[in-house]
Amino acid sequence: MSEKKTKRRDFLFTATYAVGAVGLGATVWPMIDQMNPDASVKALASTEVDISSVNPGNTITVLWRGKPVFIRRRTLEEIAEAKSVKLENLKHPEKDEDRAKNPEWLVMLGVCTHLGCVPLDQKGDYNGWFCPCHGSHYDISGRIRKGPAPTNMEIPKYEFVDANTIKIG
Amino acid sequence: MSEHEYTPKSKVGKWFNDRLPLLTLANHLTDYPTPKNLNYWWTFGGILTFCLITQIVTGLVLAMHYIAHADLAFGSVEHIMRDVNYGWLIRYIHANGASMFFLAVYIHIFRSLFYGSYKSPREIIWIIGIIIYLLMMAAAFLGYVLPWGQMSFWGATVITNLFSAIPLVGEGIVTWLWGGYSVDNPTLTRFFTLHYLIPFLILGLVVLHIWALHVPGNNNPIGIDIQKPSKDTVPFHPYIVIKDGFALLMFMIVFAFFVFYTPNILGHADNYIEANPLVTPAHIVPEWYLLPFYAILRSVPDKLLGVIAMLSAILILAALPWLDTSKIRSAVFRPLYKQFYWILVADVLILGYVGAMPAEGLYLLIARVATAYYFLHFLVILPVLGFKERTIPVPLSITEPILAGSTNLATAKNKDSIINQ
Repeated sequence: MSEKKTKRRDFLFTATYAVGAVGLGATVWPMIDQMNPDASVKALASTEVDISSVNPGNTITVLWRGKPVFIRRRTLEEIAEAKSVKLENLKHPEKDEDRAKNPEWLVMLGVCTHLGCVPLDQKGDYNGWFCPCHGSHYDISGRIRKGPAPTNMEIPKYEFVDANTIKIG
Repeated sequence: MSEHEYTPKSKVGKWFNDRLPLLTLANHLTDYPTPKNLNYWWTFGGILTFCLITQIVTGLVLAMHYIAHADLAFGSVEHIMRDVNYGWLIRYIHANGASMFFLAVYIHIFRSLFYGSYKSPREIIWIIGIIIYLLMMAAAFLGYVLPWGQMSFWGATVITNLFSAIPLVGEGIVTWLWGGYSVDNPTLTRFFTLHYLIPFLILGLVVLHIWALHVPGNNNPIGIDIQKPSKDTVPFHPYIVIKDGFALLMFMIVFAFFVFYTPNILGHADNYIEANPLVTPAHIVPEWYLLPFYAILRSVPDKLLGVIAMLSAILILAALPWLDTSKIRSAVFRPLYKQFYWILVADVLILGYVGAMPAEGLYLLIARVATAYYFLHFLVILPVLGFKERTIPVPLSITEPILAGSTNLATAKNKDSIINQ
């Protein structure tokens, strides 16, 4: 093996393997990508919700991308409570203002960040949500306060189309 | 199986191989001595393995999106075509893959017929092959029903009604197959189950087919027994692997042409109309690969006898090793058989053509003559030919004609000196 010169045959082998690998990849990719969300699923990626009938202190749950979204119309006391919490007491520090653009409305993915169960409304030590699966306690801003969940409940992308309609997604 | 012992070099390999001899198997497959004169007609075994794997992989993917229900099946196929990522590609590969599979299997079968690969000691390989071919036809038919278009529905109706030709129990069998009084949802769901099952049965039989092949080893273009390993053989890897690989690439070009440029040319437009139990399409024909047998069915003017003729046309192949009485395998050394072989090829092509035409007038007459000749070939010509034909002397080894310069009798007399080299 003293001679290090690249031979014609070495080049041909490398070129063949390279072309073969590209071809194989191009063949395998459709078989993998077919399991990703298809066009009919993506078409359902946003949902509009009429919130005119929700009274203060009530929560409605709507389905978005197959998951529950909590829409809570918070009372003035609840807003005050959510804003009064000190960030250093939080496991996942987030200001309430950052979680609810309009403080009256909390729009939040109703999925526990531990292992994906749906937490119960107005339960738990912090009067927010309580997950029955493994005992995670969330406050009235949906922030994790006690239990195994690592982060606050997620806020989806949403906007107010008008005063009575929220578009999620 | 090759007789030589194999011991893995590494300690771990030896430990594993003593418990499960997979490395011995891998070594057998790479070193497997193969006749060195195999031509490209011998590459279709590998191509067929590729076809089977392609059908299984794309079929599994389609089954993730398809819904086997009379009300939803047609829509779910359109959903695959329009919504699923690359669904159009996967479905077109699967649909055209069936045609490519049959194209390859027909070449594979006619290769066997030309070179006498079905003869002793390879009868079991041949019969397993015929069973695989039958299962392929069943799988193709069942799969064709699943999109639940007009051709699916009426194809299913016609084929299942073939069983009604059986005296006394026929009607009962058809009702049992349908799970009702017509082709309907229960038929569709069981067809889906069976369509899913059969490829795995075929896969198992392919393993047996190859296992049985590796006992005597490959036949070869001159159809003689060879010593293994010897000057007449080369190891399977890399020689046959490269040759098979090149042929497979050529085959894939043809395959890709159909998939990307004319994906629907082998199908029927009527199958893009949802199944309607009230209206039969004006012109109903099976897929191209079943046409010769369809022509035989229609050429017999009796319901039961037509079905029997069609089934016999396939099953007669299983008896071929005993119908062909000639001891010489390859048609290269059988001047008369070679001509009858090509007449049979033409006969089957003619049957395929008239199978696609309306069963009336001249077409019907041609179909009847061609059907009669088909059976004549297997039942009369082949048995008689084995006794009457004057064959050309067969060389004693693959290398002999080259080393000795000719295949004439003088070299045959010289055989000891050649074999002992």
